[in-house]
Amino acid sequence: MKRTPSIRLIKNGLMTLLMVAATLAVLAPLGIIFVHILKMGASSISLDFFTQIPKPTGETGGGMANGLAGSTIMIAMSSLIGLPVGILGAVYLTEYGHNRFADAIRFSADVLAGVPSIITGMVAYTLLVVPMKGFSALAGAVALALIMIPIVLRTTEEQLKLVPGTLREASLALGVPLWRTTLQVTLASARTGIITGILLAIARIAGETAPLLFTALGNQFWSRKLTEPMAAIPLQIFNFAIAPYEDWHKLAWAGALVLVVIMFSLSLAARYFGRQKRYS
Amino acid sequence: MEITKTMTSAMDRETAAAKTAFISGNKAWGDRLFRWLTLGFSASILLILLIMAFEMIKESLPAIRKFGWGFTIGKDWDPVQEQFGALPFLYGSVVSSILAILMATPLSVGTALFITDIAPKKLGGAVSSLVELLAAIPSVIYGLWGVLVMAPWLQKTVQPFLIDHFGFIPLFQGAPYGVSMLAAIFILMIMIVPIITSITKEVLTAVPTAQKEAAYALGATRWEMLRVALLPYARSGILGAVILGLGRAIGETMAVTMVIGNTPQIALSLLAPGYTMPSVIANEFAETTSKLHASVLMEIGLILLVVTLIINIMARLLIWSVTRGNSGRSA
Amino acid sequence: MQTKVTLENLNVHFGSNHAVKDVSLDFPENSVTAIIGPSGCGKSTVLRSLNRMHDLVPSARVTGRIMLDNTDIYDRAVDPVAVRRRIGMVFQKPNPFPAMSIHDNVVAGYKLTGSLKRSDAEDIVESCLKRVALWDEVKDRLKTSAMDLSGGQQQRLCIARTIAVQPEVILMDEPCSALDPIATLKIEELIEELKEQYTVIIVTHNMQQAARVSDSTAFFYMGELIEFGLTKKIFTTPEKRQTEDYITGRFG
Repeated sequence: MKRTPSIRLIKNGLMTLLMVAATLAVLAPLGIIFVHILKMGASSISLDFFTQIPKPTGETGGGMANGLAGSTIMIAMSSLIGLPVGILGAVYLTEYGHNRFADAIRFSADVLAGVPSIITGMVAYTLLVVPMKGFSALAGAVALALIMIPIVLRTTEEQLKLVPGTLREASLALGVPLWRTTLQVTLASARTGIITGILLAIARIAGETAPLLFTALGNQFWSRKLTEPMAAIPLQIFNFAIAPYEDWHKLAWAGALVLVVIMFSLSLAARYFGRQKRYS
Repeated sequence: MEITKTMTSAMDRETAAAKTAFISGNKAWGDRLFRWLTLGFSASILLILLIMAFEMIKESLPAIRKFGWGFTIGKDWDPVQEQFGALPFLYGSVVSSILAILMATPLSVGTALFITDIAPKKLGGAVSSLVELLAAIPSVIYGLWGVLVMAPWLQKTVQPFLIDHFGFIPLFQGAPYGVSMLAAIFILMIMIVPIITSITKEVLTAVPTAQKEAAYALGATRWEMLRVALLPYARSGILGAVILGLGRAIGETMAVTMVIGNTPQIALSLLAPGYTMPSVIANEFAETTSKLHASVLMEIGLILLVVTLIINIMARLLIWSVTRGNSGRSA
Repeated sequence: MQTKVTLENLNVHFGSNHAVKDVSLDFPENSVTAIIGPSGCGKSTVLRSLNRMHDLVPSARVTGRIMLDNTDIYDRAVDPVAVRRRIGMVFQKPNPFPAMSIHDNVVAGYKLTGSLKRSDAEDIVESCLKRVALWDEVKDRLKTSAMDLSGGQQQRLCIARTIAVQPEVILMDEPCSALDPIATLKIEELIEELKEQYTVIIVTHNMQQAARVSDSTAFFYMGELIEFGLTKKIFTTPEKRQTEDYITGRFG
């Protein structure tokens, strides 16, 4: 039977072209957004950004120093809550988790990671803001921790699974208890991979806005206590972007640039740790 | 042979201690404690999910009691008058997400195929990294760009063009607002493409090479191989990726809030402003006018939670069904 | 010869798989016993039950008794961790801890249990490395990573690590299977020396090796102990047909 291969080849070429076009269409917005952040951010940023708090409406200048501090404090607090839970939870899954319960945990973690972050904010609101009778940095940190836990749990588990069983056995055979083996051999061997996961999780929560809307709330000034509302970079970007003042837009762009630089540094660091030499 | 007489006292002490412990009663308490500790942390995931569901249900009960399900078909939203019709938000969420998914899917699958099967390995890897970069950008930054750059551009160029040339279609009628349903759809599309792409890529990589080789061995062109061997095998996984993207689109808050215009109306035109479920929560929850208002917003949150849970469970099951066997995810 | 370890009706199941069937056996003290047999015969499973390594496998079930001196190591009151302190193990593939230096690997047993005294460490490291004839090769780079050593050196380091905690019995699971002939020879010489102080039980798939290093030999087939006796006798005048078939290379 004779066929005309040319039609098939044309079709092949056409589809290939379409896929290349799709890729370009996907990457184009990245380039455009990136250029805008760089251009607008670089022209708006100044030393004041890092040292000043926002000026009242009508006055020019000001910065996001309180937001930077607030973001840092809340990320640190949520790491304090989220990392032990995520990492030790993952230890259970790898060391003892050969049962249906562990499967349920894995599945729940995946599902939890897909819950819209604004819901996390609502839950933190009812659990903390209402009983404590006020918006607070603490509630913001808890909301962020709830987002962090499933991410850290799953990435840590993946890393722990890569540790060769022979290392665990070597330690156990020396008469080292399982718990010490897990902490000092298994976790220690997987540490670069775990750090990668932690950095990515931090990068993720550093940009979260929705869960902070009704927990940390934001603050035009410095916060003195963890039980007070606190500023955060993403919240400030949001508030300034939707305000009608040109000057605030500039601050928002500067904030976006800083946030993007922080996130890219985190993911670069994560890549660096991710490429460290692994097990032979 | 040299017999070591210098075995230190420490070693002797250690051995003596070990021998006593050999039949001591306090065996392995450290291990047991550790096991329970890690179990507790692990179980906290389930606890968090349960508490989430419990709190959302508890807080929305007043609204559910007062309005029943009728509230989901009400069109009027006026918290001050205690008129709570959630239909505009449901409509906005569904329309923006579905249209964004429809636009994002072909782009994502195309890009994933480009990464796995068309581009040279290095280029594919680079594109893949860029896509992941795109996924890592916070939604508030998409929103910032959307409201300050994209929306004005839509208002000045795209929307007038649509009105002039396609104005006979109801979807493209009205005045060019800039912030609109259309802007929300665009921004959502840009945001979910990386998610669908990276999971689709994962699914495609999990397809056994034998499948591809079999098709090539029969003389298939690359496209025929993709269509006949690769895509059917990965179909359910890709569907999972798309559904996961849908879940993300429905739950997306900040970027949409910043570009959709936040007007509780049901307008057929995509050029008109709209509103979504997460957006109304974001805008009103911190400053509710009454307890009932808060409870109604909770109920909207509950609907959002249930919808995203169902979507995520479906998506995870579909993705697991493809990648599980290959990536060695433990059973 | 005195008996150090006794198996009494040992059975090991993995789920529905009956891996070791009703094995009874006396391992003599201060001598080398080889366990041989075709792959899948249960020889490694027997070895691993001797230091309760199966405890970590949820599907594994061990029944019967294993007496170390006069204590059943599977007794409810016995701590498996203490068992492993008295019964050390060397594995098939050299497995030094990659994040630790050579020095730290030797004293890993103390370091990991938090019982290391700095003043004792140097003595332990030197004496143990000398016993495995590694001291001269590494004494100038004790602080470097253990992963830079050759395979044979790594395996000797693992043996040093094992004897550093002063066990009474040393289990070896095909310790030379990943090594070249020269490294193998060194390990075999070392095994010969170790038996003066320790009871050595070695699993090997290499019959020449069993003949060279061991005093007694146990032959396993399909999870059962077929024959056990002095190595000399097993390799020259075996009683069972299966043993003869195996050592003459007719199967396995």
